[in-house]
Amino acid sequence: MLEKALTGSKKYYGLITVLLAVIGVGFVCYLKQFTFGLGITGMSRDVSWGFYIAQFTFLVGVAASAVMVVLPYYLHNYKAFGRVTILGEFLAVASVTMCILFIFVDLGQPIRVVNVLLYPTPNSVLFWDMIVLNVYLLLNIVIGWKVLEAERNNVAPAGWLKPLIYISIPWAVSIHTVTAYLYCGLPGRGFWLTAILAPRFLSSAFCSGPALLILLCLIVRKFTKFDPGREQIQSLSKIVAYAICINVFFFLCEVFVIFYSRIPEHMDHFKYLFSGLNGHGVLVPWMWASLILMVIAIILLVNPLTRRNEGVLIVACICVFVGTWIDKGLGMISGGFVPSPLHHVTEYVPTVPEVLIAVGIWAIGFFVLTVLYKIAAKIKEEVAGIS
Amino acid sequence: MESSRRSFLKIAGISALGLGAKPVLDVFASTEEHTEALKPETRKGEDVLKAKRWALVIDTRKFESEEDLKPMIEACHKIHNVPKLENKRHEIKWIWTEEFKHTFPTQEHEFLDDRVKHLLFLTLCNHCEKPACVRVCPTKATFKREDGIVLMDFHRCIGCRFCMAACPYGSRSFNFRDPRPFIEERNPKFPTRMKGVVEKCNFCVERLAVGELPACVEASNGALTCGDLDDPKSEVRELLRSNFTIRRKPALGTGPSVFYIV
Amino acid sequence: MPNNKKMYDKGKVVAGLIIFGVLITFPLWYNHLKVAPAPEPKLVGKAAKAGQECIEPKSFMKAEHMLVLDIWRDTVVRSAKRVYVNESGKEFEMSLTNTCLDCHTEKAEFCDKCHNYALVLPYCWDCHIDPKEKM
Repeated sequence: MLEKALTGSKKYYGLITVLLAVIGVGFVCYLKQFTFGLGITGMSRDVSWGFYIAQFTFLVGVAASAVMVVLPYYLHNYKAFGRVTILGEFLAVASVTMCILFIFVDLGQPIRVVNVLLYPTPNSVLFWDMIVLNVYLLLNIVIGWKVLEAERNNVAPAGWLKPLIYISIPWAVSIHTVTAYLYCGLPGRGFWLTAILAPRFLSSAFCSGPALLILLCLIVRKFTKFDPGREQIQSLSKIVAYAICINVFFFLCEVFVIFYSRIPEHMDHFKYLFSGLNGHGVLVPWMWASLILMVIAIILLVNPLTRRNEGVLIVACICVFVGTWIDKGLGMISGGFVPSPLHHVTEYVPTVPEVLIAVGIWAIGFFVLTVLYKIAAKIKEEVAGIS
Repeated sequence: MESSRRSFLKIAGISALGLGAKPVLDVFASTEEHTEALKPETRKGEDVLKAKRWALVIDTRKFESEEDLKPMIEACHKIHNVPKLENKRHEIKWIWTEEFKHTFPTQEHEFLDDRVKHLLFLTLCNHCEKPACVRVCPTKATFKREDGIVLMDFHRCIGCRFCMAACPYGSRSFNFRDPRPFIEERNPKFPTRMKGVVEKCNFCVERLAVGELPACVEASNGALTCGDLDDPKSEVRELLRSNFTIRRKPALGTGPSVFYIV
Repeated sequence: MPNNKKMYDKGKVVAGLIIFGVLITFPLWYNHLKVAPAPEPKLVGKAAKAGQECIEPKSFMKAEHMLVLDIWRDTVVRSAKRVYVNESGKEFEMSLTNTCLDCHTEKAEFCDKCHNYALVLPYCWDCHIDPKEKM
């Protein structure tokens, strides 16, 4: 089926070329980082994880969200989603690919990465994260590919796929739970030390992922002859509406516990993010923007009149995506490191090469996504007899 | 032909997966490191200083100014080839000084007496009884020895910095770049580090192995005492019996092995 | 299965195979022009003195020194044992700089020559210090 990705319009090739160019720039920056060390990033002794790990965290959420189309279709027999499960699964493939790359570029000694396999350490959450992410990637490649192939050949998917599909549902939850456990089990990091971190991660995943999926569905509809369907998009928008509400609710739960208990180690991180600490507060405007975007999204998504209007829905989905991206892709990681355990405030701002490497990885993700969606759309067109 | 090639590729793919998973499965079978190929006899040196659980007692009453603390820091950093980086973000330190409010952030209050408020405290790896850094390390590059010392294996560290996120005492530094140009005078007896690995205080295991006390203890004029926490007759136990001591962030349950007499 | 022996895109396939073949044999024909003889590690300094014995027989060291060093580093760092006792009961400190280089004082002659030739470049010396190296 890969050959489907080789023929396309000028626009398709244009997009591929642009993505490859961006990947190239990122790769050159990575070579620089590879030879010099992580010193070319904005990370420091106090803020030892930065943009890379934050992007990884956010994208695990996007990847996990495939379950939001798979679950209704396979467990509740919600037929309409049959058209879009492939889009969800391929989005997961692209996202997990990015996740793994973001972890890789964050390593100080990348050539020793196999040590994780050579000296397996079950007490380390990172060991489990490596397992759940790789298995989830494999599950989605196999399921997506085989189901699409069956659709193309006009036969029922192979019987052995069913158990894999059922496994992939809790597995999606596991990837984001384990990723949250990376952070929330650390003593002395008050910002993350909260049992609601995994639920918060999941709620933000289940709004950001489907919001992106809606936008992607609309793009697919515009540029191919395959229409994911209005009902499908509307159902997804309801999922986003519930999830963004739960996400903000969880956030407010956190705010209550922290500010009513008034325990400084927990409070100081929130203060740093939302009002600044000791005169430091680069993230303050971002965090408020995130909150405002999420509130706007709730207003637009909860109201059926606005939600049903696809133009407004696009705006709402962008609000959700950007809002949750700021929350997780900017605030969640730095917020946990500032102030430091010794109560020093060292701020973190990513450097230009660091951002270019990150953008390069995003471009790799979009490259994978473009190719996979191209194949999927072509086959859907073929099956429908349009092309 | 078509179908046989397919099945060959399938089998090859599955066996490749199997090979990749083998070491993962091995861990559940045995945790022993295998060195069958060569069975040489290796042993500890005769002069080695032994303990069940090494500990350090810092008598802060014996310090007045930063000058009093410098010799210990310099002794440590010099023999361990710790680089001096100008850029604060990339700073590497094994033992350094902090004010009371940073060393004991949960115990600070506005009515502290002037001596304690302005005194500088030595901070270093606490060689915790239940080290969070060891728990999170995905390669066992940082591990706890039988004698309680938490050590780094620089050969194995992949530089993921999970241990830095886990350490509640900020005791770990990362080599954001090649440290060698920033080492004023190399001590050939001890290796330097390379870029991309985490480092920290090693309780001078290389000195204990040849019967010498840690460099900071030796340079402290008796203000620092190290010994076996498990031995009721040891000097550290005697100090702990006769003085009121505090540890950093005791509420976290990490069990630091560094004690402060304030 | 239909016995279809026709080959599609014959020209492209053959051309591709030729290019692949040339590329993969590149090191062979490229180096054929100048075959460098394998260097012999030179024993100089203390190691060259008569009666000096290495920790293990020469043939063993030649074949297995990497294994020895790998075991040494694990044993010293992880098992806290620093003394190596060989067959004849002689003791050595397990240390690359303090033991190996103490005899084999010329790292450039003893290590680098072969390692460069074979393009096997372990990063021992990124951390371990060659006392002769200029700072």
